[in-house]
Amino acid sequence: MSGNKHHIGYGTYVIVWIALLAFTAITVTIAGVSLGRYTLFIALLIAAIKSALVINIFMHIKFDEPIFKIFLALSGTTILIIFVLTFVDILYR
Amino acid sequence: MDNSSGVLPVEQVKKSFYQESTNKYTGIGAWLLTKDHKRIGLMYMYAIISFFVVGAIIGLLMRLELLSPGGKLFSAQTYNSLFTLHGVIMIFLFIIPGIPAIFGNFFLPIQIGARDVAFPRLNLLSWYVYITGAILALTSLFLPGGPIDTGWTFYIPYSVRSGTNVSLALFAAFVLGFSSILTGINFVTTVHRLRGKGMTFFKMPLFVWATYATAWIQIIATPVIAITILLVIIERAFGVGIFDPALGGDPILFQHLFWIYSHPAVYIMILPAMGVVSEIIPTFSRRTIFGYKQIAYSSLAIAFIGYLVWGHHMFSSGQSDLSNMIFSLLTFLVALPSGVKIFNWVATMYKGSIDPQPPFLWVMSFIVLFSIGGLTGLVLGSLATDIHLTDTYFVVAHFHYVMFGGTGTIFIAAMHYWFPKMFGKMYNIKCANVAVVLYFIGFNMLYFPKFIMGYMGMPRRYYNYLPMYTPYQRISTYGSWILVGTIFFIIGYFVYAYYRGKKATSNPWGGVTLEWHIQSPPIMENFETLPVITHDPYDFSQLKEMKNE
Ligand code: HEM
Repeated sequence: MSGNKHHIGYGTYVIVWIALLAFTAITVTIAGVSLGRYTLFIALLIAAIKSALVINIFMHIKFDEPIFKIFLALSGTTILIIFVLTFVDILYR
Repeated sequence: MDNSSGVLPVEQVKKSFYQESTNKYTGIGAWLLTKDHKRIGLMYMYAIISFFVVGAIIGLLMRLELLSPGGKLFSAQTYNSLFTLHGVIMIFLFIIPGIPAIFGNFFLPIQIGARDVAFPRLNLLSWYVYITGAILALTSLFLPGGPIDTGWTFYIPYSVRSGTNVSLALFAAFVLGFSSILTGINFVTTVHRLRGKGMTFFKMPLFVWATYATAWIQIIATPVIAITILLVIIERAFGVGIFDPALGGDPILFQHLFWIYSHPAVYIMILPAMGVVSEIIPTFSRRTIFGYKQIAYSSLAIAFIGYLVWGHHMFSSGQSDLSNMIFSLLTFLVALPSGVKIFNWVATMYKGSIDPQPPFLWVMSFIVLFSIGGLTGLVLGSLATDIHLTDTYFVVAHFHYVMFGGTGTIFIAAMHYWFPKMFGKMYNIKCANVAVVLYFIGFNMLYFPKFIMGYMGMPRRYYNYLPMYTPYQRISTYGSWILVGTIFFIIGYFVYAYYRGKKATSNPWGGVTLEWHIQSPPIMENFETLPVITHDPYDFSQLKEMKNE
């Protein structure tokens, strides 16, 4: 895989790991705060950032062939649209 | 195909894949531990057809119950279990895996000039996963608690309350989903990595295109049902309150999640069938397919738009009005690419020199049945009419026309088209012609009255009915006898052909895609030397050269 060509230092991994922990802490904290209808959006946003970090850095997609990025982008877009359509129901019910 | 293509000259008969094993075993071990895509395809075939027969017999029993009003044969509870089993078997064990697992496995590698799929071991594993799922589903019937009675849709809250073995049956569906995902990954990789020399994407036969688009849906959509199923099991076990309204959950959310998978799954069912149609029509019209690229792209379009219409199953569920309108609109959109295909098929036949052999006749009955199913789908896709017709026999008729009349018919067409290639034997053409007529009559007798009854208000999933429906229910039951009888007749002449049939030539129909260039049944690893592809997939000028091969 071309991912091997690009070496990522341990430093990056550690930073990303700390970032993930921090986001998890924020999620847990926020769960106790009442943000009304924004609660869900913020939780989802944080989850999205976390998965982007994992996919790009830990799973090396950032350094991989374009075809994998296209595949992922396609799946990601589909999920996004599915979320939007579901929220059209939940918000306007 | 020129001589440099290295395709085996057809007279020269080599040992077929039946006579060689991919491992050190012979007999049953050569099958159960095989890595050959053709053998795996056949193992799927035997399993899937067995389940189909079971499902059909359950259908027959339900129709018998409905022969006259009064509910004399089964209790209401038994009927609930029967339609659930029938639905689960037909959907998860027959129609979803059907065409990709059997014909995709057998022909996809051959049609792109490959020796096997990209991951042969994974392919075998997915067969075992499928069988495991099926065994789990069967086990759920006999354990205390009894067979599930929720309907194949497992709607909350009943699926949390029901005392039957819902969790185990759900887990079986979970396992079956994995088999589907594995097959999808295998096919996508095979198409990307193993295409033969000169086999560009736009030289691929349309069956490959359709199977490829399907594989994508299998990969992206199936995990959604897996998660949903797990959530229901958790809900049943621990009462978390995700879906259960009594605990503050949202039952409509379950319906969203269920249909986010199950609607694309409808396209998992129909797309491969459309691919088969795109193979059969050019072969028997002796004409290149009209609008090759449009058909290829429309498969992708269907695969994509198919994700966006799930809400049309929920018009009366209590979801928001805005959602209803959006989903209704999107539903009308998805009819477009399907229309593109139908028109292109008809245009292909126009001025072709049509040879009405059995596979072609099956496709013709498909076009009629599927069109009826598709058009009544638009009736259900309109909000106002759906309110009247939802949860009536109209829906039952509609989905049997699309799934059974569409995919089921093409499953049978594909058997007729590829049987000589798979087994090297020819079945009796006269019997096949009789069968297609009987099938068409039986099918319409069985399901057309259901449209009328539905319109009159007959609800689905009832073991009994008001006397006013009796004449229609009668016709429907008589139709089921003709239809199921015909299905046994078809299985009969195939089995007869398998043992006693005349030897088939390597290209009985005059097809030009790669599988018709090799001997019947194919050799192990398909090709002596890998072919170099120079022609377009439906270029019938090759036929002359093929005769000289
Ligand atoms: C072989 C002949 C068949 C017969 C006689 C038959 C008959 C029936 C009957 C009587 C019902 C119940 C209707 C009701 O009371 O609501 C039913 C439901 C159903 N059938 Fe079939 N059917 C057959 C084939 C198929 C095939 C091939 C498929 C799928 C490809 C299929 C899929 C279903 C599904 C999904 C349901 C709904 C189950 C539910 O309500 O949960 N059937 N069928």
